Amino acid sequence: MTGTNPTVAPSGSNGAPVPGSAPGGLVKSVVELDRVVIRLAGDSGDGMQLTGNRFTSETASFGNDLKTLPNFPAEIRAPTGTLPGVSSFQLQFADHDVMTPGDAPDVLVAMNPAALKANLAELPGGGLLIVDSDEFTPRNLAKVGYATSPLEDGSLEGWQTVSVPLTSMTTDALKDSGLGKKEAERSKNMFTLGLLSWMYHRPTEGTVRFLERQFRRKPEIAAANIAAFRAGYNYGETTEAFAVSYEIKPAPMKPGRYRNISGNQALALGLVAAGQRSGLPLFLGAYPITPASDILHELSRHKAFGVRTFQAEDEIAGIGAALGASFGGALGVTTTSGPGVALKAETIGLAVMTELPLVIVDVQRGGPSTGLPTKTEQSDLLQAMFGRNGEAPVPVIAPRSPGDCFDAAVEAARIALAYRTPVMLLSDGYLANGAEPWAIPDAASLPDLAPAVGFATEPNGEDGEFLPYLRDPETLARAWAIPGTAGMQHRIGGLEKADRTGNISYDPANHDFMTRTRQAKIDGIAASIPPTDVDDPDGDARVAVIGWGSTYGPIGAACRRIRGSGRKVAQIHLRHINPFPADLGEVLARYDRVICPEMNLGQLALLLRAKYLVDVQSHTQVRGLPFRAAELAAVIQDAIDTVNPAAVNGAVQ
Amino acid sequence: MTTVELGMPDAPTPIDAAIARSLEQHGPKQTELKGKDFKTDQEVRWCPGCGDYVILNAVQSFLPSLGIAREDMVIVSGIGCSSRFPYYMNTYGMHSIHGRAPAIATGLAASRPDLSVWVVTGDGDALSIGGNHLIHALRRNVDMTILLFNNRIYGLTKGQYSPTSEVGKVTKSTPMGSLDHPFNPVSLAIGADATFVGRAMDSDRKGLTEVLRQAAEHKGTSLVEIYQNCNIFNDGAFELLKDPATGPMWTIPLQHGEPLVFGPDGASCVVRDDFGGLRVAETNQVDASEIVVHDATREDPSYAFALSRLSTQDLRYTPMGVFRKVEKPTYEAMMAEQLHEARLQGPGDLDTLLAGGDTWEVR
Repeated sequence: MTGTNPTVAPSGSNGAPVPGSAPGGLVKSVVELDRVVIRLAGDSGDGMQLTGNRFTSETASFGNDLKTLPNFPAEIRAPTGTLPGVSSFQLQFADHDVMTPGDAPDVLVAMNPAALKANLAELPGGGLLIVDSDEFTPRNLAKVGYATSPLEDGSLEGWQTVSVPLTSMTTDALKDSGLGKKEAERSKNMFTLGLLSWMYHRPTEGTVRFLERQFRRKPEIAAANIAAFRAGYNYGETTEAFAVSYEIKPAPMKPGRYRNISGNQALALGLVAAGQRSGLPLFLGAYPITPASDILHELSRHKAFGVRTFQAEDEIAGIGAALGASFGGALGVTTTSGPGVALKAETIGLAVMTELPLVIVDVQRGGPSTGLPTKTEQSDLLQAMFGRNGEAPVPVIAPRSPGDCFDAAVEAARIALAYRTPVMLLSDGYLANGAEPWAIPDAASLPDLAPAVGFATEPNGEDGEFLPYLRDPETLARAWAIPGTAGMQHRIGGLEKADRTGNISYDPANHDFMTRTRQAKIDGIAASIPPTDVDDPDGDARVAVIGWGSTYGPIGAACRRIRGSGRKVAQIHLRHINPFPADLGEVLARYDRVICPEMNLGQLALLLRAKYLVDVQSHTQVRGLPFRAAELAAVIQDAIDTVNPAAVNGAVQ
Repeated sequence: MTTVELGMPDAPTPIDAAIARSLEQHGPKQTELKGKDFKTDQEVRWCPGCGDYVILNAVQSFLPSLGIAREDMVIVSGIGCSSRFPYYMNTYGMHSIHGRAPAIATGLAASRPDLSVWVVTGDGDALSIGGNHLIHALRRNVDMTILLFNNRIYGLTKGQYSPTSEVGKVTKSTPMGSLDHPFNPVSLAIGADATFVGRAMDSDRKGLTEVLRQAAEHKGTSLVEIYQNCNIFNDGAFELLKDPATGPMWTIPLQHGEPLVFGPDGASCVVRDDFGGLRVAETNQVDASEIVVHDATREDPSYAFALSRLSTQDLRYTPMGVFRKVEKPTYEAMMAEQLHEARLQGPGDLDTLLAGGDTWEVR
C-alpha cells in the first residue's frame, strides 16, 4: 500500500502534525497524506452522488489526481432507509497519479444505519467512520435488522468512529432560513460536504458557485444549501470531535489545462469533435437506457455544432435512423447498453452489408437480460464480435478510462468513416459514471477525419457508370455517394451485392468473394492502428497481463504493486479488439504466461486462445464492480512466482 | 448551387461540396424528365400479373410531373414483395430490413431536409413487424411519403395471413381459419394523428395518381394505402371493389368539398349517426342537408376516423381518395429551427466546448 489511513489522532506518514489555530482557541493539527479513499454512503434520496461529484470537482480543481466509483441502485427511490436503497460514491485522490478509486475506503461516511450496514465490512479496521447519529433511531435500526444501535453496543470499536448529529446540526443551521424541517433536512448532504471540505482543505468557491447556478430559480434553496455547506465547514473548524485535518498536495501532472470529466461526458464530446473534425453533421439516434442515457442528454445540448439528436421509439429505430442519416452523409451514431445492442443486431448487419459508416456505443452493464442496469461489466464483448446472423465482422474498440472515452470516440469515427463500416465502441458503467481529471486537448491537434470522408462525386466505372461497390485498393472501402449527388443514383440494401455494381446477386462465387472481402476489409484495419502497447519497464518480464476497457486502472495499479515488490510484469492493454494489433500474436508468444483479467467469464481470453493458440490464463469476476488492485496483484504474483520461483523476493505489499 | 441547410457552423460542408461538384459535371439539376428516366436496368422480378407492376408504372409516369430531380429522391423500403420497389427506380434507394424503413427514412429525412424521401412498404412490413415505427413516424410528421401496398397476405413467404387479412382467412399457417381481427390501415394512421392519409386501388391509374400527387405535395408524413392484388396467394382480394358490376356499389369516392354520395345513380350517401360517427344511408330517405360534405382538412381527426370506419373487413363501403390532409410543422423543420436557434448564440466552438465547466491550469 502506498498510502496511509487518515487517523483522528495526530499521526501521519509524511511528517509530524503541524499545529494550526482555529477560531475558538482550538489548536488543530494538519497531517499530510499522500492519498485518501473516501466513501460516502446514504439513502438514494440523500444526494450522495451529488455530494460525491461536488467533492470530486473541488478535489480536481485543487490539483489532486483522482478516480471515482459511483455505485447506486437501479431503483430511483427504493424504500427509505432500507439496504436496497443504499447509494454510495467512492473516490481516491492523491498527490500522485492514481489508477483506481481504491480497493477499500480509508474513510466511510454513513448517513444512516442501512448505509453503515451495507458498507462497514469494506472499511478496514482502524478506518475513520463518520455517522449521522440522528438517523440511528429505533425505527431505522429495525429496518435493517439491528437489534441494538451499533453506536452504543460497542460493535464499532474496531474503527475510529465519530458520531455526529449531521441532520439536527443542519436543521439548526437553517432554522432562520424559512424552510420547513423536512426541507431543511435535505441540505444535510451539503453540511457533510462542508465538513469533508474542511477536513481535506478543499477549495469551496466552486461548490458555492455550483449551488447558486443549480438553484438559480429557487434562491432560498440555494441560500439554504450554501448555509448548510458553510455550517459544516465551520463545524469542522471549531468542533473538538475532529482534532486534525489533512493535506494532500496536488499531484504532478503534465502542464496544461485540465477539467474533471466522466466517461459518458468525454464520449459525447469525442463524438462532437469527430463531427467537427470530419466536417459531417453528427446524428444521434438513441433510446433511453441506463447507463448510456447521459450521452444522449449531453449531445442534445450541442445543437450549435449541428448535432441532431433523435430520441427514437425504440432501440431499433434509434440505430435505423442513425443508419438512414449515414446514408445521407451524416456521421450516424447510436448509443445504448447491452440489451439495446441485442435489438440493434439486425440493423448492424444491414450496415455491414450496405457498408455505411456508423458508430454503435455500448455502455456495458451487468447481464444477461435486464441484469444489473446500474452496475458495470464487460460481458458484451462476444455479442459485439459475433452477435449477428451471417459472417458480419465489425471492428470493436474500447476506452480504458473516463477521459480516454473521448479519444476512443474519435477513433471509432475514424474507422467508421475510412472503412465505411459500423464500429462497436465498448464503454462500461464504471467508465461512464466514473470521473477523472482530463487534460483538455487543443481542437486543432485532434485527428483530421475529413480525408476519410471522400464522398464520390464522379462515375468510377469504365463505361461512365457509378459502381457503388468498387473499392479503394488499400482500405477496401467502397465508394460512398450521397443522395443529392447528380448522376450517382444507386440502390443498396441487405440482399447480397454483386461485386462492383452492388446489384442483387445470388451467384455462389460472388457471395463467397464478397463474404471474404468484407472480412478482409475489417482485418485490414490493423494496418492503420499502432503496434501493441506493452508496458514493461525493464523489458524482460516473463509474465504479461492483458486487458481491455475499464480494467486498465486496476490492472495498472496491480502491476505497480508487483513491480514495487521487485517482480517484473508486462502490462498490455488493448484499444483495438477487432482487429487486434498486427503484432499481438508475436508479442504474446514472448511470455511464459499471459494472464487476462476480465469482468466476464473470459471473453477476451477466448478470442486470444482461438486466434493465437496462446494458453491464456483467464481471471474473471462479475460482481458488478471493478476489480480490486490487491486481488489482481495476488493473482499476478502467484503466476510470476510459479513461472520463476527463484526470483521470489518478498511478498507484494 | 443550393446549400443544404444542415445547421453546420461553416458552410459548405462535405455534403454541399459533393453536390456542387457533381452539378459542375452534370450541369444544373434536371427536373424535366420522362417516365422512362425513372426506370433502371434491373429486371423487374415480380410475378407476372402482380398489382405491383401497375403501381410501378403509375409512379414512374407521374413522378416527372413533380419536378423533382432523380438524385434528390430517395426510396427506402423494408422487406416483402413491394419492398423490391427501389431497385426498379432510378433514384437513390435502400432496400432495408423488415419493418424498419420508416425509422431509416426518418433519420435520412431529419438530417437531409433537401431530399424527397419515400417509403415503400407492405401490410406485413408496415403493420406487423414494423407497426411501431409506422405509428411513430406518423405522429412525428417527418416529411416523407409512405406507400403501403396492401394485398392482405404474406406473399414473399408464400402465403400466410397478414395483419390486414379478414378473420377466418384460410392460409398455410391457418388451415382452420385465422383468428386475428385485421387492422384497418387508414384507421390506424388517423389514430396516430397522421397529417395525410389516402387510399387508392392499384388498377385505378387515375385515382391512384391523384392521391399520390397530393401525398407527394403534402409537407409532412403522408400515408397512402394502395390496395394491391396478389394474383398468386390472394387473387381477387379486391374484386368486390374492382368489378364494374359491384365496385360502384361499395366504393365511396372522396372528393374534398363534395357531398358523399355514391353508388349507382347516387343511391347511397353518408350521413352523421347519433353517436358522433357516420353511417351510410339511402339518398332518397334523407334530406340533402343531412349528407356529409367531405372535408379532408378538418383539424380534428374524428371525422376522418369515422369515415375510415364505414368499411367492413369484407370491403363493403370502402372510401377511396384522400381522407385527411392537414397542415402541421414537419419534424425536420422544427429540428432545423432548434439548430438555428442554438446557433444564434454563436456557432459552436470546439475548443470552448472541450474546456467547458470548471478548469484549472497545471504549469
